[in-house]
Amino acid sequence: MEVIMNIFKKTILTVFTSLLLIGNANADKIKIGTEGAYPPWNSKDASGNLIGFEVELAKELCTIMKHECTIVEQDWDGMIPALLMRKFDAIMAGMSITDERLKTINFSQGYADEVASLAVMKGSGLESLDTPEGINLSIGGGDVKKALKTLTGALAGKTVCVQTATIHQNFLESGDVGKIDVRTYKTQDEVNLDLAAGRCDAALAAAVAFTDYAEKSGKPVVLVGPTFSGGAFGNGVGVGIRKGGTDTIGKRDAKLLKDFNRAINTARKKGIISKLAIKHFGFDASM
Amino acid sequence: MDFDLMINSFPKLLSATVITLKLLSASLFFGLFVGLLFAILRINKNIFINKFAYGYSYVFRGTPLLVQIFIIYFGLGQIEYLRTTFLWVILKEPYWCAIIAFTLNTGAYTSEILRSAFQTIKPGIIEAGKSLGISNRIIFYKIQIPIAIRQSLPAYGNEIILMMKGTSLASTVTLLDLTGVAKYIISTTFKPIEVFIVAGGIYLFMTFLIHNFIKYLEKKYSFQ
Repeated sequence: MEVIMNIFKKTILTVFTSLLLIGNANADKIKIGTEGAYPPWNSKDASGNLIGFEVELAKELCTIMKHECTIVEQDWDGMIPALLMRKFDAIMAGMSITDERLKTINFSQGYADEVASLAVMKGSGLESLDTPEGINLSIGGGDVKKALKTLTGALAGKTVCVQTATIHQNFLESGDVGKIDVRTYKTQDEVNLDLAAGRCDAALAAAVAFTDYAEKSGKPVVLVGPTFSGGAFGNGVGVGIRKGGTDTIGKRDAKLLKDFNRAINTARKKGIISKLAIKHFGFDASM
Repeated sequence: MDFDLMINSFPKLLSATVITLKLLSASLFFGLFVGLLFAILRINKNIFINKFAYGYSYVFRGTPLLVQIFIIYFGLGQIEYLRTTFLWVILKEPYWCAIIAFTLNTGAYTSEILRSAFQTIKPGIIEAGKSLGISNRIIFYKIQIPIAIRQSLPAYGNEIILMMKGTSLASTVTLLDLTGVAKYIISTTFKPIEVFIVAGGIYLFMTFLIHNFIKYLEKKYSFQ
């Protein structure tokens, strides 16, 4: 009987100590949430491992911060709610810094920026849009107004597809390009599929998301119209972090924001961000 | 808890419920015909017809509704030939894709419900009809079908409730049904709990109505 009790005690002790150890390990471990479905920012390889610009950048930043990090996957439409529910501590998912999102969460300084563009299938009537190369909505001016007017005319009554809860959806619904039929999808993959199937007259997303799809699928997807930046398109992509507070986790979040800002500075100076950007985007998208 | 958000999102969710109800009623309407047709095929003595009907219900009851709706919406959209046919006029629209998927799914379950109801009809009833000199056709339409429908009411009531909840998958193919609009509101407010509680409440209320309606029918058409 005593033998059994001893084994019993030992088991309980082991379980408790291991639980404590896990608890401790978690305290210093940062979890970073990403979507894994928005190449080249973040995606998954054939065996389901997370890959892409942000996955590699996250590892670099964690090395600089001397934090142990794990990168976890989260559907895009639940990204911010999951951060708020403390499922992870930071978002690196191609998420642009916008005023709308800043109401709910904090952002580190931007680490990369990249323009948005409309895409259509080759042969579409929208292919011959006469607009400037790129427009910055923050700067405004005659050119921007003219381009928006051209777009309003061309897109009237058309179906434009976007991923849900993105800057692209916000822009299309802002009224800047008039009233259009905006269709929202859970992932960019689904937007691409429906664009190729002809259910969408046009789609709006990061320009690289389309060029990447065109390259990998061989589908005749072409970019049209101006590239967009500024305004509803935000100010670059940053690390999303919960707003700090006075409790333990709040203080930890506030410190994490500082850590990330410092690490981004270091990585930028060392040329790490540029190098990774060129590797994944084909051009230097760092900022 | 953000009660203001709950109150503000309620009218938006309520108007989205109209789409949910449209999807539900259309697929139940078509599904009942599909189900009845396949139930009749199932009790057919011809082995090929029988196996064909069994295969249909086996496939559609054996795969998730989400997979079915994805195959019909995203899968069929990838077939280039299909896009050149008149079928594309229907398949291009997410609304019709959803209704087709829901119809085929509920049709499979309904066919099983009706088949088992047909098989529980006591032979004595049919023999009684025959002894009165009523033709087989009339026996089938005026005796067997009404009895089968009455017998299957409780099970079919469940199927309606399951289908009502199943329509929430329409949001995965861009439709702004009750769940779709709930997700839309969440995407701008980042508050899933409040919005989903309201949406869940509306679903629950619909279940309540369906449940009581079926109970009323059961009572009205009971044999006693």
